Amino acid sequence: MLLEVDKLEVAYGDYQVVWGVSLNVDAGESVALLGPNGSGKSTVVNTISGLIRAKAGAITFGGTSLVGQPTHARAPLGIAHVLERRRVFPHLTVLQNLQLGAWHPTAKAARAETLERVYRLFPRLGERSAQLARTLSGGEQQMLALGRGLMALPRLLMVDEPFLGLAPQVMEQMKGVFETLKGEGMAILFIEQNVRVALSMSSRGYVLESGRLAIHGPSQELLASPDLRRIFVGG
Amino acid sequence: MPSDQARMLEAARAEPLWPKPPAWATALGAVGAAVLLAYPLLITSTFAQHTMILIFLYAVMAQSWNVIAGLSGQISLGHAMFFGIGAYTVGVLDTKFGITPWIGIVVGMLLAALAAVAVGIPTLRLKGHYFAIATLLIGSSVQIIFARWDWVGAASGLFLPLKRGSPWLDFQFHTSKVPYYYLSLAVAVLAFLVVWRLRRSRLGFRLQALRDDADAAASLGIAVARHKVLAFMISGAMMAAAGSFYTQYVLVLDPERVFSIDISIIVVLMTVVGGSGTLWGPALGAALLVPLSEYSRIWFGSTGRTIDLMIYGALIVAICMWRPSGLLSLFAERIRRRAASP
Repeated sequence: MLLEVDKLEVAYGDYQVVWGVSLNVDAGESVALLGPNGSGKSTVVNTISGLIRAKAGAITFGGTSLVGQPTHARAPLGIAHVLERRRVFPHLTVLQNLQLGAWHPTAKAARAETLERVYRLFPRLGERSAQLARTLSGGEQQMLALGRGLMALPRLLMVDEPFLGLAPQVMEQMKGVFETLKGEGMAILFIEQNVRVALSMSSRGYVLESGRLAIHGPSQELLASPDLRRIFVGG
Repeated sequence: MPSDQARMLEAARAEPLWPKPPAWATALGAVGAAVLLAYPLLITSTFAQHTMILIFLYAVMAQSWNVIAGLSGQISLGHAMFFGIGAYTVGVLDTKFGITPWIGIVVGMLLAALAAVAVGIPTLRLKGHYFAIATLLIGSSVQIIFARWDWVGAASGLFLPLKRGSPWLDFQFHTSKVPYYYLSLAVAVLAFLVVWRLRRSRLGFRLQALRDDADAAASLGIAVARHKVLAFMISGAMMAAAGSFYTQYVLVLDPERVFSIDISIIVVLMTVVGGSGTLWGPALGAALLVPLSEYSRIWFGSTGRTIDLMIYGALIVAICMWRPSGLLSLFAERIRRRAASP
């Protein structure tokens, strides 16, 4: 297993939001982490990338334990976390944003090639490489956030709400990029509210409800499951 | 279409990380440098020279604040503590041990960097405005400690002994302001170069990234806390250099003056008015605000002591309302746009 999360518990102060969540992602596999608003999806990924500390439980990545590792030590291991709501550096140019993604020695050595690859995936970014990131459209910023994640040459890509607020056309383009990445053998963890899209792009899915793992299984089975509908729309 | 993409890739590859300044900006810079170099030879009024010296010193201080706040996004409201450390280091080394201020300046910068580590490690973990509050309080506490510390002259401070030896060796020029002018110009240029270099270095990139979004920076593998402390060290050392220089200029120091909260506030005003995080903003702010306070002091005499503060206040309100990114952005946006369009 590439990523293994075992009985994860996370709390903000006294307020616990994640209760005993276990999930795993195999190398080259794409997995969806689903759940309605406030179910703890983002908290789980933020804990994996180290932005939040776990209260209990284990997280191992490629055989090494991540618990206790500082946030900045996790990216070099091969985890790229594309944060929710894009979070590009607004006052830096597109190129500077991308360069910052290639931070650790391995990624830096391959920076020129990776940059070219990102520009091939997103020609738009190449056209706008000298522009300040804040002048990009929402879709372009999402491309930049994803491109910046790819610059680190990750083994696992965790994308938080990558389709949020995108125009249908841009969304199709993003889906195409994810298909390409999957074809290249990259493991992807999708965090999504858009169940249908997320499950169509992944082989397995986990569904959270109020911080607990409600159901999980192959994407096709989940799509047909009556529980899924109950969790998202109630009743 | 494929050739289009190839051409685009070619262009993107050739893109410099930083745009080159246009030719007219380089020419303007050369003229400006010539004017600054010739200034004390052409204008012999000591007051006019004094004003320029203060502009240079304040430009150093504003650049110092620019490193921690403008580049790294950490608002320090206690920067006078580093100014005071620089001032006291040259003062104490000279009066107690007879050590030349040239060494004193370097020691002062090192001590300020150490102080920045001591203050920064616990406080730079704080998010949002807590760092500002912490530095404000620590700055005031340091002032109180020095005002009670008998060995360094307590509240009355230190008077540096006047020396009749070699002016350049002693860093004391009693008959002319011209040496002070060129020395302060040199310090200002150095501070300017530090920020110029820093903004283009990888360290500067990382600082700007964590300023814009600390979480995103951390998720890319940037050690956020460590980088903030490093920026605080650089900033503190620059501020101390200005404090040391100022002490050699006036040859007297007391805690009321060198640890004054006014210093902490004025560096903020200058940087914000000029343009925080930019290269020229702090210098622009100093060039505007120093003459304002010096000339208002002359025009209004002692009754006008607070006029400059009232004008500062009005300026800040105006900047916040109409130009939150500083006066420099009036030009910078235009330059950038022109540079971007081929």
